[in-house]
Amino acid sequence: MKYLKNVTTLTYTGEKCTGCGRCVDVCPHAVFAMIGGKAAVLDRDLCMECGACQRNCSAGAIAVDAGVGCASAIIRGKLTGSEPVCGCSEGGGACC
Amino acid sequence: MKPLKIVNTNMDPAALSPLRQQSSCAPKACSCTTEAAPALHDEKALRGARWIEGAIDTPAGRVPVVSTAWKAADRLGQVRARVSSFRMKYAIDPGLYAVGRPGMDSDVYVSANYKLSFDVLRRALAGKDAWILVLDTGGINVWCAAGKGTFGTTELVNRIKVSRLAEMVRHRRVIAPQLGAVGVDADAVKRETGFAVRFGPVRAADIPAYVSAGYKKTDAMRRVRFTVLDRLALTPMELRPAVKPYLVFALAMLAVSGLAPEGILFRQAFSGALPLLVLGLAALFAGAVVTPVLLPVIPFRSFAVKGLVAGAALVVPIVLYSGMFEGADAALLAASYVFFPLVSSYLALQFTGASTYTGMTGVKKELRYALPVYIGGSIVSAIGLIAHNLLVRGII
Repeated sequence: MKYLKNVTTLTYTGEKCTGCGRCVDVCPHAVFAMIGGKAAVLDRDLCMECGACQRNCSAGAIAVDAGVGCASAIIRGKLTGSEPVCGCSEGGGACC
Repeated sequence: MKPLKIVNTNMDPAALSPLRQQSSCAPKACSCTTEAAPALHDEKALRGARWIEGAIDTPAGRVPVVSTAWKAADRLGQVRARVSSFRMKYAIDPGLYAVGRPGMDSDVYVSANYKLSFDVLRRALAGKDAWILVLDTGGINVWCAAGKGTFGTTELVNRIKVSRLAEMVRHRRVIAPQLGAVGVDADAVKRETGFAVRFGPVRAADIPAYVSAGYKKTDAMRRVRFTVLDRLALTPMELRPAVKPYLVFALAMLAVSGLAPEGILFRQAFSGALPLLVLGLAALFAGAVVTPVLLPVIPFRSFAVKGLVAGAALVVPIVLYSGMFEGADAALLAASYVFFPLVSSYLALQFTGASTYTGMTGVKKELRYALPVYIGGSIVSAIGLIAHNLLVRGII
């Protein structure tokens, strides 16, 4: 299943890649693959902006505006003027 | 975060009650009755936990041994967590647990203190000797907690230290669920604790295959899936938040339909509101059940549009063929055609929160288009409903 085309904020700078393969290991949607000893982006549209690759890229080759792809969290963030986060621990929400 | 209470078993043997002593040695010769290791858990927090089947003493303290089988209570807990706000308090005490008879070379698996996360892990470890290191995620599952940062580098580093993991095992590696990588920086954990983080399979059920393959993941083990059963299991919690708004809507429709100069007429209220109440139910069903279950089949990628399609697919036939709208005026028809598919669309958009492949930027984009449509559509529908009620009463 794919979400909207060409919206992800994922950027990858191949020159910085050290070829450790961590991004391939942590991506839950197979956005990355190792090609010729370096990571390559196979399909950006599969990215859900979870941020696992960025957090584990010690070379700083990956940047993504990570966050929750959750409508109610984003609406609540808009209303309260804060970053969208899951409402789980606030007690009222019945989300993840 | 709750600090770990170290129970001194020398002073208060009763404190060990939930951790059944499994030692078979003679009471007088038994070292555990005289120099028992301090428990690494708050005994109160573990009281009544029927998934604990014993305890083992380690140099660093007493560790509860957990069962790898699910009992009736575990199954009931899973169902309750799936259908109600019970999930918000389905947490276990964080810290170290044992499976089987682990030793200095046994693997360490990291989990969240949401009981469901812990349950699927311990079940997957059946027949193994292993340690489970449970992080304090506030009772939230691994992926969501990793997104919030509670299943994260800081907590993992802290938990490795307070659980004195370095004294439990000779090796220096822990196996974390892959989805925890959202919050865990493996390099930072290594720097601060000496423990290397291996990201294991997404699903705990793949752990036996992962281990037998020499701690290697297949591509399938890395992929998050979103099967029809996964989606179906989520629908009760999609419907639940809609119940209260629906009751408010129902009362409002009954009041509007029943309104007469002499008060609210019940017969008139019911006959006038029934078609709208039926459409309301259909809209809820289309948005919170049909759209999630048929997600990949419904055309378009946008969840808002998927919901609109599903809503229209249910609402339009009811209006046309149920007979409830025979002779209805254009104002009522217009309000019904506009409002109810939009309700489905709104509910479907909420499902982005439970789906496993929607990103924040995409959902923000959907909302930019959808919110003005929802607001405009609601205004148009309200005007239509008012016009209909004025027409019915012969006022216009």
